[in-house]
Amino acid sequence: MQELITSDNGSIADMQTENIKKRSNSFDAVASSHKNNMGAEKTFNAVLLIMGIVVILILAGILVSLFVESIPAIKYNGFGFLINNVWDPVTDRYGAVPFLLGTLLTSFLALVISIPFSLAVSIVLAEYLKEGWIPAILKSATDLLAGVPSVIYGFWGLFLITPIVRKIELSLNLPPYGVSILAASIILAIMIIPYSASIAREVIPLVPVDIKEASYSLGATKYETIKTIILKYSMSGILAGIVLSLGRAIGETMAVTMLIGNSNILPKNFLSLIFNPGNTMASVIANEFTEATGNIYLSSLVEIGLLLFIVSFILNVIGKRIIRKFVIE
Amino acid sequence: MMNNVDTDKHFKLRKLKNKVFKYFLYFLSGLSIIPLILIILHIIKNGISAVNIKFFTSMPKPVGESGGGILNAIVGTLMLVTIASVMAIPVGISTGIYLNEHRKNRLSYYIQLSAEVLQSIPSIVIGIVAWIWIVLPMGHFSALSGGIALGIMMLPTIIKSTEETLKLIPHSLKEASLALGVPYYKTILKVLLPASLSGIVTGILIGIARIAGETAPLLFTAFGNPFLNFSITKPVASLPLLIFNYATSPYDDWHKIAWGASLVLITFIFTLNIFTRLFTKKYKVKF
Repeated sequence: MQELITSDNGSIADMQTENIKKRSNSFDAVASSHKNNMGAEKTFNAVLLIMGIVVILILAGILVSLFVESIPAIKYNGFGFLINNVWDPVTDRYGAVPFLLGTLLTSFLALVISIPFSLAVSIVLAEYLKEGWIPAILKSATDLLAGVPSVIYGFWGLFLITPIVRKIELSLNLPPYGVSILAASIILAIMIIPYSASIAREVIPLVPVDIKEASYSLGATKYETIKTIILKYSMSGILAGIVLSLGRAIGETMAVTMLIGNSNILPKNFLSLIFNPGNTMASVIANEFTEATGNIYLSSLVEIGLLLFIVSFILNVIGKRIIRKFVIE
Repeated sequence: MMNNVDTDKHFKLRKLKNKVFKYFLYFLSGLSIIPLILIILHIIKNGISAVNIKFFTSMPKPVGESGGGILNAIVGTLMLVTIASVMAIPVGISTGIYLNEHRKNRLSYYIQLSAEVLQSIPSIVIGIVAWIWIVLPMGHFSALSGGIALGIMMLPTIIKSTEETLKLIPHSLKEASLALGVPYYKTILKVLLPASLSGIVTGILIGIARIAGETAPLLFTAFGNPFLNFSITKPVASLPLLIFNYATSPYDDWHKIAWGASLVLITFIFTLNIFTRLFTKKYKVKF
């Protein structure tokens, strides 16, 4: 349009030839820009593809290098790594049982402590308080709780949770360590509440409204509906949330390292198992990796890392499977 | 008559149970945010006295001398986050675009799976890997290795958010652009990406908030450094590492600095979180 206006004072024939020239020029330009575009498009697509493959390569690289670095330890320790309960770098004896047990205990205790709270939060948010400022605060608070760095949880736990645990230990006539498996479990429980609550919060609203209403129309109270309908229906989803939280709890490092006391000795009786210092797979790596001397020692720590990777991978796959199945149903 | 009373009693009992259950749930939910309040109060109470201008501009002092700041850690954290972002953002966004453009492709299934697995790897294991990849061949700890560890942790978040946001953009927008003769790559770069910018930025901010507080992958990569360092091939301090080292030390002066550093770190992360939320609310991708 503008071209027409600018060439206003020329004759019509001039205008036409000019226009034709311009047009053929612009056709050329289109053709060449088309070529450019094809080239650019090819590079663009190639870049996207390469970046995607890079992501796969990173994961493959992680797996391969963990495996390669732990080969000396796998050869040296053999299968005994998983059954032996002595971890003594001085005499080059590496058994991972104290850490496996420590990880299992802390994660399990943390789950048991956190489940009532995370369930309560998600039920309240999904069924009781749906609008208004209280649920908004509750939601933001749990989100912020998820954002607090692990090291700050550990620091706070050192000053607030260990004294409480020490008091409990004294009242039970146990040595007052303070830092212990129990202290680590408590901090871990606080840390995973937001995580499992957020999964349950997504799952509970998926319960079909008609079966809830059917229950109410039969005269059931809200409590009965929640107990017999909602929880039962969303059980598998909640379970998946628990499995995923377990996966997270197992890999948690800093807060646990600061509160668990870092002892590789396995206590004899059950009570001291919980109240004594211990170590988890993650915390032993955090503690000993920079100080590890000797190939086998380092390699054994990498092997623990590999084990940790595999366990959290399996838990993650199981959890996601259950959730996918639940959502499709 | 008897029967009536019984049902009445039964009814009352059920109503009571209902009420008790409700308040029990409220009680438990209230209880679960108490740790947050306690943590924040504790950090503010102990940290506020340590924080002043000098705290940000001076270096840590040796044991026994009170005062001292966390300049080295702040510089280190900024360096690490920058290195991680420089590596994770381009890869993450491109991968997100690829996943959105090739939804039913076999390769994108594997990419998606990889991103999911990367997300589930414990941070300490990523630290080991960065140690194997960078620290072992270089022979010493470095900011670069820490940045790479954090970059790997940030990557899945960015991929996911980019893909999810692009999915929200209606197909008609893309088709309109293609119908106008706009080349495919320009359609993506000039139409789809700007339209989903807010979602992508949110993803990046969430990723930064996630890695800014990470300590475990830095223990044997960035390692920490009591001196100011700007070189990416040398060990570098970071806020979470400094908190860890000072918190586990027996000195009261150092504890005080650690509380101050915690206050700085948590303020940074919470601000990022709140900013992200406001940002998503204001610039929500919707059609």
